[in-house]
Order: sequence, then C-alpha cells, then structure tokens
Amino acid sequence: MRHIISILMENEPGALSRVVGLFSQRNYNIESLNVAPTEDPTLSRLTVTTTGDDRVIEQITKHLNKLIDVVKLVDLTEGQHIERELMLVKVKALGAARDEVKRTADIFRAQVVDVTPNLYTVQITGDASKLDAFLQAMAPVGILEVARTGVSGIARGDKVLSL
Amino acid sequence: MELLSGADMIARFLQDEGVEYIYGYPGGAALHIYDALFRQDKVKHILVRHEQAATHAADGYARASGKPGTVLVTSGPGATNAVTGIATAYMDSIPLVVLCGQVMSHLIGDDAFQETDIIGVTRPVVKHSFSIRHPSEIPEVLKKAYYLAATGRPGPVVVDIPKDMTAPTERYEYVYPKKVKLRSYNPVTRGHTGQIKKAVELMLKAKRPVFYTGGGVVTGNASEGLTDLVKHLGFPITTTLMGIGAYPQSDRQCLGWLGMHGSYESNMAMHHADLVIAIGARFDDRVTNNTSKFCPTAKIIHVDIDPSSVSKTVRADVPIVGPAASVINEMISLIQGKEISQPDALAEWWQKLDGWREERVGKLYEPSQEGEPLKPQEVIEAICRATRGEAYVTTDVGQHQMFAAQYYKFDKPNRLITSGGLGTMGFGFPAAMGIKKSYPDDDVVCITGEGSFQMMMQELSTCKQYGVGVKIINLNNGSLGMVRQWQDLNYKSRHAQSYMESLPDFQMLIESYGFTALKVERHEDLEPALERAFADKNELVFLDVYVDPREHVYPMQVPLGSMRDMLLSKTERT
Ligand SMILES: Cc1ncc(C[n+]2csc(CCOP(=O)(O)OP(=O)(O)O)c2C)c(N)n1
Ligand SMILES: [Mg+2]
Repeated sequence: MRHIISILMENEPGALSRVVGLFSQRNYNIESLNVAPTEDPTLSRLTVTTTGDDRVIEQITKHLNKLIDVVKLVDLTEGQHIERELMLVKVKALGAARDEVKRTADIFRAQVVDVTPNLYTVQITGDASKLDAFLQAMAPVGILEVARTGVSGIARGDKVLSL
Repeated sequence: MELLSGADMIARFLQDEGVEYIYGYPGGAALHIYDALFRQDKVKHILVRHEQAATHAADGYARASGKPGTVLVTSGPGATNAVTGIATAYMDSIPLVVLCGQVMSHLIGDDAFQETDIIGVTRPVVKHSFSIRHPSEIPEVLKKAYYLAATGRPGPVVVDIPKDMTAPTERYEYVYPKKVKLRSYNPVTRGHTGQIKKAVELMLKAKRPVFYTGGGVVTGNASEGLTDLVKHLGFPITTTLMGIGAYPQSDRQCLGWLGMHGSYESNMAMHHADLVIAIGARFDDRVTNNTSKFCPTAKIIHVDIDPSSVSKTVRADVPIVGPAASVINEMISLIQGKEISQPDALAEWWQKLDGWREERVGKLYEPSQEGEPLKPQEVIEAICRATRGEAYVTTDVGQHQMFAAQYYKFDKPNRLITSGGLGTMGFGFPAAMGIKKSYPDDDVVCITGEGSFQMMMQELSTCKQYGVGVKIINLNNGSLGMVRQWQDLNYKSRHAQSYMESLPDFQMLIESYGFTALKVERHEDLEPALERAFADKNELVFLDVYVDPREHVYPMQVPLGSMRDMLLSKTERT
C-alpha cells in the first residue's frame, strides 16, 4: 500500500541525508520526497511517499522516529487527508494542438503560465493520480519536459502536526 | 568566567565528564587537541598502534563498565581506520564517543589533504553524529554526545571537529553543561502497565514457558531483577550470545545460550515452548533460524527499549517498549503473592528439559588423552577452571569464539566480551587491553585464533608501552577454522583460502616484545602452562595452544530449518 509520511525534523545540515540514508540502508522504497522549512525556522517538514505492507510501514515509522533529528511524524494515509503535488510541464503546442492543449488544461484546472510559438508551459496541482492523468492526456501531443514537486500533504480537520 | 580554546575545552570537558582513559592516535587535524591533552594529566591518553584498536579498546572498556568509551583520531585515514570499530559497537549497542579531527572548515569539500566526509561514511553505523560549527558549541555538543551514547538503546556517537574549531588563539567561555535536552529524544523510562499486566497473566498461565534474554538485560543493568524474576517463577531461561551471564549459567534453570551454535536444550526448549518471554533481545537471524518455522506453538512477549526492535523480524503477541530493569521490576511486583496456575505442567516441562539436557551429557566432544593434541573445547574448560570462572573473557571471531562461549561458564554479566552483531575478527585483543587498563586487578583473558590475532597483533606494542597484563590464549588450529567448517559442510571440503600456510612462530614474535610466550602442543602441557600464565596479574602472557584443526563447532542449526533442526556432531542430526 502507498503511504504518505510527513516528518517535522530539525532544520540542520545532515538531517535530510539521515532520513534518505535510512531508506536506502534498510531497503525501503521512496516514490517521492519533498522538504522545506516551516514557519518555525528551526524545523523542516519533509514528506515522503513510500510503499510497503503494514509490517514495513511500521518499521519505517519506528526507524524514522529513532533518528535524533526527527522531532515528530505522522502517517497521513492513516486518516482523512489532503494530498497535493505541483507540476510544471512543457508541451508541444503547434497548429491545431495549441487549442487542444489549452482545452485539456482547462478541464484539469491547469494554467498555462508561459508561452512560446512552439510550446506551452502548463502548471497543474492536484493529487499524484490527477497529475498522472494529465500527463497521459498530453502524451499524444508531445511532452517535452516535466518538473514535479513530489507529494505534500496535510491532515483534514482540526488535527495539526506541530510541537 | 573561564575562557578556553576549543582544544582546551575538549580536554576540560573530558575531565569534567569523568573520562579516565581515552584511546587514540594523533595526526594533523587533531594536533591542537593533542596539545591540550598534553598540558593536563587527569585524562590519560593511550596511544594505540591502529585506530581500529582504539575503538575496540574503548568498546571493551564500555562493555565491561557500562560507561561510554572515548576515542580520539585524526581526520581522513585516522577516522576511516576507526570505522570497523564504530560499526562493531553499533551492532552490539555499545556506548562510544568518537572524536574525529577534520580539516579546517574553509577547506571542507575541496578534497583537502586527509579530508574524508566521516559523518557521511559512518552515517549508517552510528546512533548519531555531530559536526562542530563554532568552538563555543563544544561543551554542549560533547555533553549531548555522551548523553546520547549512554542512554536509551546505547550506541556510538561521532563528533567531527574541524581543526580551526580547536585553534589555540580563539577562546570562548567554558561552562560544563550538567544536563542537556534534545527535544526529539526522549527514551522511554517505563513500560506500559496494561501490557505488563497482560504479559504477567500469560506467564502465570503458561505450561511450557521459556525466558529468552539478550544484551539489553546486560546493558540495561537488569540482571539482578531478571535473576529474581526467573527464580521466583521457576521457569527455564536461555540467553543470547550477548546476554550470557545476565543469569548465572551454573544455575539449574539456565539452559545455556541459544541459536546457531547454542545448546541443544536451549534450541529444543524454544521450539517446543508455549510462551517465549523475550527481554532485551532482538530475534536476529543467528537466533531464530528460519522465522517462518520459529517457535510454532509459542505466544511471544517482547520487552525492548527500542520500539523498532519489537516485531521487526518476529511478530510479538505482547509488545512492551521499555527499559528491561523497570519492566522486570514491575513484573516482579505484579507477581508477588500470586501462584503459577499450571505447576504440574511446568514440572512436566522440566522433565522434558532435563531429558534434553541428559541426552547430550558426555557427547559434546571427545577429550584428548595424554600425548595427544588438545581439543579446543577442553582448553576453554581448563581456562575457566584456572580463572575460577571469574575472568573477563574477550574473544575474536570464529570457532574459538563459539567454544569460548560454550565452555566457559559465566555467572556474571559483562564478563563475556565478544563481537556478536558484526562478528569482527581483531576485536578481542584490543578489547582486552581496554578492559585491563580499567580493571587491573582482574584476570582479563583474550581467547583468540591465529587468524584473528594477526588482524590486531600490532597492539602488543601498546601493551608493552603501558604495561598491560592481559592473557592471550591462541587456539591455533592453523586455519580459518570457522570458514573451513563451512567449507567442510557445504563445499565438499574444498578449503578455499581457509588454510594459513605461513604462520609466524608466535613464541618468537611475542618474545620480541619482551613478553612471555609458551607453546602448548600436547594434552599434558596445558595445565602447567595455564598456571604459569595466571601466576602474575600484571604480566602479559601468550599461550600458543595447538588444537585439533579437524574439530567442528556443534550443535549447528541447519540452514532454513526451525530452531530444533541441528547438526549435533559430524554424524548426528536431530
Ligand atoms: C574482519 C573479518 N573478516 C572476515 C571474517 C569472516 N570469518 C569469520 S570466522 C573466520 C575465521 C577466523 O579464524 P581464526 O581467527 O583462526 O579462528 P578459528 O575459527 O580458527 O577458531 C573468518 C575469516 C570476519 N568475521 N571478520
Ligand atoms: Mg584458526
């Protein structure tokens, strides 16, 4: 099963490499990963999507918690949550395809953020599957470049991940 | 207010922390620190002959004393030489603080002379690591390093110290931090009472219970409590290699140790138990054999201070995260005044256990006769007698290690000092050195093999310099015995590189350092040689004991089998 784990960790050099190192050292899978400081400059928030059965996920969270730099973590997939990813895509936009790309972007609530005579740069946010679907839809037109941020997420409702 | 340079802060901190010995080796990046150590005389520095030995020596001290060992090395090759010792300590959860010199901050990343990213290199084998970024951080970072190394599940901590952080010209305020806090690190101080109650209920109802306890009981100072608990319940107990001595082995309730080369009765007991009470043990593959066939009829209680150890390889029915000592004490108070509900079943269980024990009596190995070469097993038994079972025994890795663990009887914890998790050849001799420095009045014996000893024998020179009177018993089978055993069993005796054709004359070698060495070639030479070896506690004596090279270590679990699937000798199998 796919899990989204969000981690509050010390904003210190070396912290990120310990988290990433743990995954390779113990043969866990990383599908996507993103990290940035939070409103508290001493803390970073890292979100990782991974897959594994319950036993593996239990080990991943236990080992992450053991890292001295990890202050708190939550497995967002254990409850209701919001999952978002941002993607920038350059797609070919020549002749008839120009309108086609624009229409598809509208359907996906994506925005064209840059244009040249040859291509559109499209910005789209959503969960990972929506982004995948958009890429599929664009494939026949011609995808030139993709930049995805990796999944970020937050729990629904009153629950907050903080110290 | 006191102003000190970074280097002087380090020396001062080590004094204030109560560090007596520090094992190390100098080099450019560490020279300011070495100069600061030179200008004081409270902390004594022991100059090893290889940085790996420094880590093993500090580790040996840590295992014997329960306190963190301290190591100081220079950057680059000094630090990388220490890596094997750091990994050894990590695998066995031993508290160690390793101070590494580093090139000047402004050179980091430039591939400067003797620059190695030692934080990166050691990342998977440390509990944590720090880089000093300003000299004023030194006292607090060092305090954190010692605190982390020693608390919770202990482990090695590396501190990387760029040379400019220790410059003699820059001085900052020094205050010894009595306490430190890390917001993300709060090791549990007690187990969940509800879970402990559940565990105790299962224990009182059990028909075929067995305790299976590990190094966590030793490092967690829980052996007294454990002994009370086990005696009170009257249950059998088996320990891991790392847990040996936490319960007196000479007591009837002790079945010995378990796993790949564990005792027949231990492995049989585990396989047939209906309740396994695991404390401070981690169900590693050298214990469980094939986990899918492990303890088929048992419920499992698992107590460990490290949540990630619980249910890692074998699912626990009653997981309890907490320090062994406090959980055991809570168990004892819950059991007070209660009786086990199946005394008849327990009596029957003991009949079975005693039966298994009986089966192997007199069949473990065939002792030698006068005029014959010695069997390694009987050499260990003789060492045990010569030291009244009270010595600190360090081992290297191989057949001699397993024989030492099988045939020396340990009644106290912290007495068998062995590299269990990493299985590091070369560990035994420097570890013995580290113990002897801090326990000069005790017998410290290193049981080694000619293969392992040659990996760290340069430390003879260190022993000479500091007058370290360890006893070295070399079970010389002229081969990498354990490798050879596997080749006998799995490769039709094709002895690829397990035979050592060019051994030195150990006696001459040892004598060249000014020490005493004796060759022991036959049965009747052994007792007098041991008497000579243990005559003077301050003298290093080396016995080169020629043992039968054809001997195998048994029992030996059959790969992929259950715990009860064992080879019992070259011809018998369960
Ligand atoms: C550093 C290291 N290298 C290799 C091994 C693999 N190994 C395990 S036991 C062994 C043989 C040890 O020989 P010796 O020290 O003579 O002990 P014996 O088995 O003969 O008693 C080897 C090579 C190891 N454990 N450690
Ligand atoms: Mg040998």
